[in-house]
Amino acid sequence: MIHLPRTAIAGLLVWAGVAHAQDANLGRNLAATCANCHGTNGQARGDTVPALAGMPAERLMSTFNAYKTGALPATIMHQIAKGYTDEQVKAIAAYFAVQVKK
Amino acid sequence: MQVIAIDRSRRRLLGAGLAATVAAPLLGCTTTGGGPSIGRVVVVGGGFGGATAARYLRMWGNVDVTLVERDAAFISCPISNMVLGGHKTMADITVPYSGLDALGVKRIEAEVVAIDAQAKEVRLADGRKLPYDRAIVSPGIDFMFDQVAGLTPAAQQRILHAWKAGPQTLALRRQLEAMPDGGVYALTVPKAPYRCPPGPYERAAMVASYFKQHKPRSKVLLLDANPEIQSKKALFEKVYAEQYKGIIEYRPNNELKAVDAAANTAKLEFDDVKADVLNVVPPHRGAEIARSTGLLNMNARWIGVNWLTMESTAVPGIHALGDAVLSAPAMPKSGHMANQHGKHAAAAIIQLLKGEPINPAPVVMNTCYSFVTATDVIHVTSVHQYDNADKTFKAAAGGGVSSAPSAMEGRYALSWAQNIWSDMLAS
Repeated sequence: MIHLPRTAIAGLLVWAGVAHAQDANLGRNLAATCANCHGTNGQARGDTVPALAGMPAERLMSTFNAYKTGALPATIMHQIAKGYTDEQVKAIAAYFAVQVKK
Repeated sequence: MQVIAIDRSRRRLLGAGLAATVAAPLLGCTTTGGGPSIGRVVVVGGGFGGATAARYLRMWGNVDVTLVERDAAFISCPISNMVLGGHKTMADITVPYSGLDALGVKRIEAEVVAIDAQAKEVRLADGRKLPYDRAIVSPGIDFMFDQVAGLTPAAQQRILHAWKAGPQTLALRRQLEAMPDGGVYALTVPKAPYRCPPGPYERAAMVASYFKQHKPRSKVLLLDANPEIQSKKALFEKVYAEQYKGIIEYRPNNELKAVDAAANTAKLEFDDVKADVLNVVPPHRGAEIARSTGLLNMNARWIGVNWLTMESTAVPGIHALGDAVLSAPAMPKSGHMANQHGKHAAAAIIQLLKGEPINPAPVVMNTCYSFVTATDVIHVTSVHQYDNADKTFKAAAGGGVSSAPSAMEGRYALSWAQNIWSDMLAS
């Protein structure tokens, strides 16, 4: 068992409480940071970048992770992917997965 | 410590007199459903920050949104250097506000003359008063013309900045077209921070691309008050050396002190430079409405904000976005970042109006594409995570610049423009 200082545990508990209260909007807010290039709610304009709306969550997460590790070459996404935590990517993927591609 | 903030403002109904004077919302077209609105937000400024906030307030919450913007259509600074290079037209960088109108944003084409934070109302030049529960100020920047001796209103007719896309973009293009081959175009760059860190260096490349093809004996003189190129330095240096050798001359540590408009001369600390086309970008501060509202509490130039809500640290109830805000560390003053501010503020304001907890861990990110030829582009990108200990955004891991200019990134840049304009304007 990993022993954390009491203050750290208290911090985690509070964090979890806040995060829970935010669950409804967390994915939405994070996904909105992608919209500048990938379109509002993942509905991309034009055919240059992939639309993220409706993309299965597993596929988005594995692609994102491949950018992060460098397994998938990119012009820019390898640099952006490193800035998000795995939990954040999971929330983004869950949000886009339930958007209906128009 | 749970972050909860309750909006204490009273939710007053719009007065009948006011309701008759503002554009009627198209309620049938809203995506936010019916029922009473959760509050009134007045947005001042319809640029990358303000328009995005207005759109997302309508999309994410049943908010009564009024957007006050003096211009009839949006004209984008990003891509405007391509107009100077002759590779794009003004029509290519102009987008109507009709998408926001269709979302039920009450848009008023007018000038804001004052914001009364006590009475909670925005006052327009024609005397109208717009009451708000929360206001958003996204005013952009004003130029500190008094920092450049001789840059009088009369001199400004000839010596342009073209650092706000619009009539000056076209006027500067006309000056470049009228310039004879063998002439000198000089661009002065103010000390950082200024709007769009890579912008001046992109502009130099765009003007050089025009000269290279049409006026090959002409020069671009880049007079930079800063000690070095402020963004994508190695990439711009490589482009200047390889693509524009003999055309672009870069001079660091050359701060503009004064201009002689009659002689079209830039007066630097140790040197005078005469140009055929003199393009001066003066130092900036947050725009006048921010100053007169008492928002410029940072060095009398920029707006200090609480980064969790984008609310002013000087005037409660007023949120601020974009270039006028004192940037967090490593956060650029860019249209992309203003758009991200807009969504972040919209999310926070909806929570505040509902009396619900705000997001304790927001994220924003930036991407700036710069054209270096008519087709080839370089980028810089960064992700910014909120740091709860220091109460600010900090650059996260990753980020970086292009490995080399490419036509592929040129296509991404134009796609970026299409998508961000659509994101902010619902076009």
